[in-house]
Amino acid sequence: MKIGILAVQGAFIEHKMMLEKLGCECIELRKKSDICHIDGLVLPGGESTVQGKLLKELDMLTPLKDMINNGLPTLATCAGLILLAEQISNDENVYFGTLPVTVERNAYGRQLGSFQKKASFKDIGDFDMTFIRAPYIKDAKNTTVLATIDGRTVAVQYKNQIGLAFHPELGNDTRIHEKFLQLIQN
Amino acid sequence: MSQTQIELNRGLAQMLKGGVIMDVTTPEQAKIAEEAGACAVMALERIPADIRAAGGVSRMSDPKMIKGIQEAVSIPVMAKCRIGHFAEAQILQAIEIDYIDESEVLSPADDVYHINKNDFKVPFVCGARDLGEALRRINEGATMIRTKGEPGTGDIVQAVRHMRKMNSEIRKIVSMREDELFEAAKQLQVPYDLVLYVHENGKLPVVNFAAGGVATPADAALMMQLGAEGVFVGSGIFKSGDPAKRAAAIVKAVTNYTDAKLIAELSEDLGEAMVGINENEIKIIMEERGQ
Repeated sequence: MKIGILAVQGAFIEHKMMLEKLGCECIELRKKSDICHIDGLVLPGGESTVQGKLLKELDMLTPLKDMINNGLPTLATCAGLILLAEQISNDENVYFGTLPVTVERNAYGRQLGSFQKKASFKDIGDFDMTFIRAPYIKDAKNTTVLATIDGRTVAVQYKNQIGLAFHPELGNDTRIHEKFLQLIQN
Repeated sequence: MSQTQIELNRGLAQMLKGGVIMDVTTPEQAKIAEEAGACAVMALERIPADIRAAGGVSRMSDPKMIKGIQEAVSIPVMAKCRIGHFAEAQILQAIEIDYIDESEVLSPADDVYHINKNDFKVPFVCGARDLGEALRRINEGATMIRTKGEPGTGDIVQAVRHMRKMNSEIRKIVSMREDELFEAAKQLQVPYDLVLYVHENGKLPVVNFAAGGVATPADAALMMQLGAEGVFVGSGIFKSGDPAKRAAAIVKAVTNYTDAKLIAELSEDLGEAMVGINENEIKIIMEERGQ
């Protein structure tokens, strides 16, 4: 299975290592010419303002958006979730806008507000979740909610897109990445 | 610092990878940096080139000025405290800075001890010229490392020297027999378990950025190809002719650091680069502060 990982900025190596451990072939997407036939797409954590700007200026936004709209299975974490969201409550930018949710950026404040918490993830069970200057999903609209913490939605799925406010790539638990690979297989 | 906090603080540095952290002195500059694609900004009253020019004692910036920058941008905001000045670090933690740089750019407050960074919840980045310095800072609680380079010069030679030395020492540790690691720890003056980590993983346990002397997209690409995971640009941007354009060009050069054709395009018409000074022309050698 061939997975494209957006590699313009952020923690993309961590996703790559995890997916390679699960037997995937990964390619880093740094410019338009890197975009080729892939079975799945990962949008990693990092700074959404930087990633969004580079996506636009390196002419990658439209081709990737078309692929997501055409059903390409996509796993987005933290900044990636912000890129996917159709609306950001405290930022007027919209990037892919393919995931019908409203997210709030830096919803837990600055770095001192970052935290880890164990919570239940749909069909997986308890999962250690790491939130770093994280967003959360303010309005999940018609998506399927996969996880909540203290009443706030932190993970959703909508058709081919999985959006997470936390970082499963930072631990050793590969279950969410396995769920993503199952989504590709089905 | 709890193990969880260490993971969160190392994690934030991981999110900054592949990015450019820019020195800014005003909210306006911070906005220019954010719009140009900075993954974080370093708030300080004077950039290193001006600190060098002004001379005298250089200290932590006015918290009000830092807060102004925090309000101006949505990306992480870092600030510098003096080496060993844990009271300045406490102040920066109190205003919820995202990362503290215990920096040789400011006048050292302690010529023996660094801050015990394990006492803090907020993360620290520290400069290092070699593997020993890096692992000592990590042992003290630093969750991100950068080369020292020679700040405020626009001269990349020291950053190159530090990155090459660090990575060659890492390769040496990797190639050792396990029973040789005890002696290596003794020579490096660092704890054995950190040497063992480097031996097993072939890298530092934290993210390592380049800093000190980066002035052009080519400088940034050079440091990335030498193994930096991201780049700090201090005086190089706002001491140049067209800061917004230069900043954006350096950001793109860091993303596509092996694409010479793109970097050639990015390097066109950037206006004047900061006026550089060579290490033999300067009186204060900042890299020697805090070993």
